[in-house]
Amino acid sequence: MIKQLLDRPAPATVLVAAALLVTTWGVTWSPRSIAIFMLFQASILLLYFAKIPGVIKAIFTAITLGVLMPFLGTINAYYMEIAIQVGIFVALALGLNIVVGLAGLLDLGYVAFFAVGAYSWAIFGSPQANLIFGGEHFPLGQWWFFVFLFVGVAVAAGAGILLGLPVLRLHGDYLALVTLGFGEVIRVLANNLDKPINFTNGPKGITPINRPPIFFAPLLQSLGIDPDPNVIYPLYLYAIVLLIVGATVLANRRLEDSHIGRAWEAIREDQTAAQAMGIPLVRMKLLAFACGASFAGTVGVLFSAKQIFINPESFTFMESIGVLAMIILGGMGSIPGAILGAAVVTILNLQILKGLSLWLNELRNAGTVILGYSLSNLPTQLEPAKYERMVFGLILVLMMIFRPQGILPARRRHRELGEDS
Amino acid sequence: MDFDILIGIFPQVLLDGIILGFMYALIALGYTMVYGVLEFINFAHSEIFIIGAFVGVEILLSFKAAGWLDVLPWALVLFIVLIAGMVVSGTVAVVIERTAYRPLRHAPRLIPLISAIGVSFFLQDAIRLFESLWRNSFNLVYPTMDVLNHRFELTETIDISVKSLVVIVAALLMLWGLHSLVNRTKVGKAIRAVAEDQGAASLMGINVNRIISLTFLIGGAMGGGAGVLFGVQYSLINPYTGFIPGLKAFTAAVLGGIGNIPGAMLGGLVLGLLEAFAASYLSLLTGGAFGAEYKDIFAFSILILILIFRPKGLLGEIVRERA
Repeated sequence: MIKQLLDRPAPATVLVAAALLVTTWGVTWSPRSIAIFMLFQASILLLYFAKIPGVIKAIFTAITLGVLMPFLGTINAYYMEIAIQVGIFVALALGLNIVVGLAGLLDLGYVAFFAVGAYSWAIFGSPQANLIFGGEHFPLGQWWFFVFLFVGVAVAAGAGILLGLPVLRLHGDYLALVTLGFGEVIRVLANNLDKPINFTNGPKGITPINRPPIFFAPLLQSLGIDPDPNVIYPLYLYAIVLLIVGATVLANRRLEDSHIGRAWEAIREDQTAAQAMGIPLVRMKLLAFACGASFAGTVGVLFSAKQIFINPESFTFMESIGVLAMIILGGMGSIPGAILGAAVVTILNLQILKGLSLWLNELRNAGTVILGYSLSNLPTQLEPAKYERMVFGLILVLMMIFRPQGILPARRRHRELGEDS
Repeated sequence: MDFDILIGIFPQVLLDGIILGFMYALIALGYTMVYGVLEFINFAHSEIFIIGAFVGVEILLSFKAAGWLDVLPWALVLFIVLIAGMVVSGTVAVVIERTAYRPLRHAPRLIPLISAIGVSFFLQDAIRLFESLWRNSFNLVYPTMDVLNHRFELTETIDISVKSLVVIVAALLMLWGLHSLVNRTKVGKAIRAVAEDQGAASLMGINVNRIISLTFLIGGAMGGGAGVLFGVQYSLINPYTGFIPGLKAFTAAVLGGIGNIPGAMLGGLVLGLLEAFAASYLSLLTGGAFGAEYKDIFAFSILILILIFRPKGLLGEIVRERA
């Protein structure tokens, strides 16, 4: 029934608008209810699937992401946090999508590039750099954050090429293992480069990292709004994330249909044939690595500014697999798929598992009795929030067995990940 | 640089390296056997390995609770634990193959690899879930047995503990057993035939599926046994402990030439020795600038270098590409 409604433009428009408004009102009515916020997220999904004319859809999307979401964020700050995290992972997933989805190179150390970007701003945007170069020139001013968004691109792309050059001759699963090793190497380096020269401050991490400047503070004051950083920053970071995600999506779409994108897909489908058609394999593969890495680098810079504090714990192998799970869930090589996958997995981790943990704790503390078993006897180590790996694992296995093309498969039908890549 | 120190610790480091090397060799067998037959990296093997360690610690802890640990002869206890670890791990490996890999056998190459990564992650948290519910703790310590910690002094500076001897002897027995199984029995011949050419093997009346299951069983059992020995030797385990040794054992398998059983043993020993020496000499030689923490980087660099310059590994089994 709903499907039929969604297929006709007029009812679909009304339905989607109603869903968005009702759920937004629902969140204002009960700001702490995760279920209602999830309904809001579901109505965004509805918006995606509904067959609404393009212009209206674009307006709806802009209103939802640009007005409704920030509005909900001011009601419950945690929702803003979730939105920012989703944005960060969407950008990461889109980056990995280029490497794995388009070029068919399985990269298991993707988070290394994210780390490279994050550390580049963390070191120079905090007093840490003084320990390396001496003097008192650091941290760099807040404005440098915007420069470092591009520095992050360059550094991560450089790291991508550095990794790519020696290993691109390797085939499929060997390449995967080597990238995994590379990811671990970067993490171990971050963990141990506090001596002989203190680059990363080891496991203790780097803090405080500068945030981007609130350059529009005078404007806000003239409008009579108090520019309280605690209120402004989440919204501000959200805006930057939206911009980055927008740029990433745009870049992905342009790449996908370009010569380069077609070359990547050709390499994925059949490397030998692609080479015979005159595609320079090494250059194209390096380009894929560099492009994918550069997105991660930029997001890394943003991540370190958002967190104020980073340490190697944020860049484990699990994060790489998490991002991989996102694009596999959504559909390899598919841009909407990567976005959907990133959103679903992040929300699953941040909302559902955490929510379950809180709920279980409440039950445990209240000593609720179910079927004669008092929940206060429940082991304290049982914390659903800690079982991300199980979620990632299940996603990977089930998707591979039952739907290897993902929830939203790429438009062009293809054999997933050609065997000789 | 104090040269005497470097020479003085040499035999001890050598011994540690050999023990570590046998551990890697046993785990590497699981990777290499599966790769030999299916040309597929069984990423979940590191969890199969750590399941062995958990079976071991559970049995030892329950023996201890029942007070049997002091009554039963220690060799018998170790034998029971080792066999139990091997049986459970082998079974888990077979179950994984049936559920997560077999449906994907004819899929493109990366699909089963991704599935295997998923299994690996799932198992890590499954172990954690089980132990959290069962013992309310997932960081477990092997119960100590006094006999095992007894140390023989070989010279003034070198000593060897009973448990290290046990590890070496058990590892040698397992390696010898596997070697005879593969090379001297009919089943072993079938395994080699399937590794060579599945189609031809099935035409010769070999049940390929059963042989593949058997390969997983044997590889898993070796991994499980290694897990028990790992626990006995290093005591502390948690569900995520298996990952790094697993990765290193894979490196060892590649080092020796993946798909090649003697190669896996050799590769394991070489890697174990290299790592032990890197761990103890790196910080001495660089004046403390680079500590033992860099041994992981060391192992991965070896992996990368071998793959680039000698992808066939030390013993040169030809790495075939699946058409």
